[in-house]
Amino acid sequence: MIKADHVTKQFDGRAVLDDVSAVFETGKTNLIIGQSGSGKTVLLKSLVGLHHIDGGNIYYDDVCYNTLDFNHKKEIRKQVGMIFQGGALFDSFTVEENVKFPLDVFTDLSEEEKLDMVNETLKRVRLENAHKLYPSEISGGMVKRVSIARAIVMKPRYLFCDEPNSGLDPLTSIVIDNLIKEITEEYDITTIINTHDMNSVMEIGDTIVFIYQGKMWWHGTKDDILMSDNEELNNFVFASAMAKRARKNM
Amino acid sequence: MFVTKILGEIGNYMLLMQKVFRRPVKRRVFTRQLMDEMEKLGLNSIGIVAIISVFMGAVVALQMAINLESPFLPKYLIGYATRESLILEFSSTIVALILAGKVGSNIASEIGSMRITEQIDALEIMGVNSANHLILPKIIASIVFFPMLTLMSMIMGVLGGYFIVFTVDMMTPDDFMTGLTSDFRPYLVFYGFTKMIVFAFIITSVSSYYGYYAKGNSLEVGRSSTQAVVSSTIVVLVFNVILTKLFFNY
Repeated sequence: MIKADHVTKQFDGRAVLDDVSAVFETGKTNLIIGQSGSGKTVLLKSLVGLHHIDGGNIYYDDVCYNTLDFNHKKEIRKQVGMIFQGGALFDSFTVEENVKFPLDVFTDLSEEEKLDMVNETLKRVRLENAHKLYPSEISGGMVKRVSIARAIVMKPRYLFCDEPNSGLDPLTSIVIDNLIKEITEEYDITTIINTHDMNSVMEIGDTIVFIYQGKMWWHGTKDDILMSDNEELNNFVFASAMAKRARKNM
Repeated sequence: MFVTKILGEIGNYMLLMQKVFRRPVKRRVFTRQLMDEMEKLGLNSIGIVAIISVFMGAVVALQMAINLESPFLPKYLIGYATRESLILEFSSTIVALILAGKVGSNIASEIGSMRITEQIDALEIMGVNSANHLILPKIIASIVFFPMLTLMSMIMGVLGGYFIVFTVDMMTPDDFMTGLTSDFRPYLVFYGFTKMIVFAFIITSVSSYYGYYAKGNSLEVGRSSTQAVVSSTIVVLVFNVILTKLFFNY
């Protein structure tokens, strides 16, 4: 479980996150949604520790993360996997080396054992026969799969995904969404996905947090979202044709 | 305003260096990185340093011959002055300025690209000290390899001078050789090496600093790269004066 407790964050005196509180549950795909510029990426990066928060607390299970020193934070970070919007794969490494990197740095496994784990993980994300290719030689969907493989190779307890579908076609987006959901349930991890893709919300959103102008505006499930009378949420949700159709069919 | 900005930059640079000089997480990963950097920063610079040194050695010998043409000056002075010019300034300071352009821009753009594509964030999230992982191998590789480039430059420069003397027939090669070997002080070679070690540190650390704090898009990375070359060139020239003053206590 990850909990944001009255989190605030400012940039140059401008409040980007304003008293945001939310709970992200284990074994579920927790979605943060909102318009571009609403503060959802800042929230995700604050939760993962890439931004220092100005107020409030962030808890990983019972541990108050933001008050830990560097070494204790490092221990928690070893249990964290993150999928970046652009993949953030290391350009000079092959697919195999990218996935093996966390094992190289944090384990004392033999080369053979590491390669076995890499093969197993790449198989898990349904990416085979691409081991020796470089990130520039693979498609956007494959980049996301490698990114997922790198994030889960250490069997993390917490998985963060920053717009995992951005730049992908609708079909590949569904595949990536389902893959993340499967992994979340299989490994029983706390997954937080940052998205503005309503297809993802309707497909895999177990719990949803709607951020509006830096505030936690609404939270609920994907079933609640269609019934909500929150105006800002409805404006955001029903801008998507898919959600419009879903409401019509209710 | 300008002074405040400079002091702020120096402060940030010091804080970055504090992060850089930590014990690497895994010795094997560090050694691999170090070897890669030796190749990228050192071996790949041999060609340009060799070519420039040969031609500069030839030009310096020619200029000496033209400007020292007097019945009162012995011919061997041409060889002597060529050697002194190469050892004292060209093979350390001028080669360092060439490397600041070649290696400095390469480092700043490489690290800057990693910053804007979130590869550095990915390292941080894994619990890796990104500054230490990316910058320390570059600094050590350059400190080890650049003095070797200085030595090579001294040899190639002298060979260039010898070649031009031999082909243009402006003096006998024996006279030139007498000049090269007369009153030789190994201390000056030591001075050249020491300067290059300091310059190697300046070039790699200053360039890494600009790359590490690059923001925005590829345009900004280009700007950081230019700024890295300009700043490291200026710092190299300032330290050249300081070190010369210290070594010769004049």
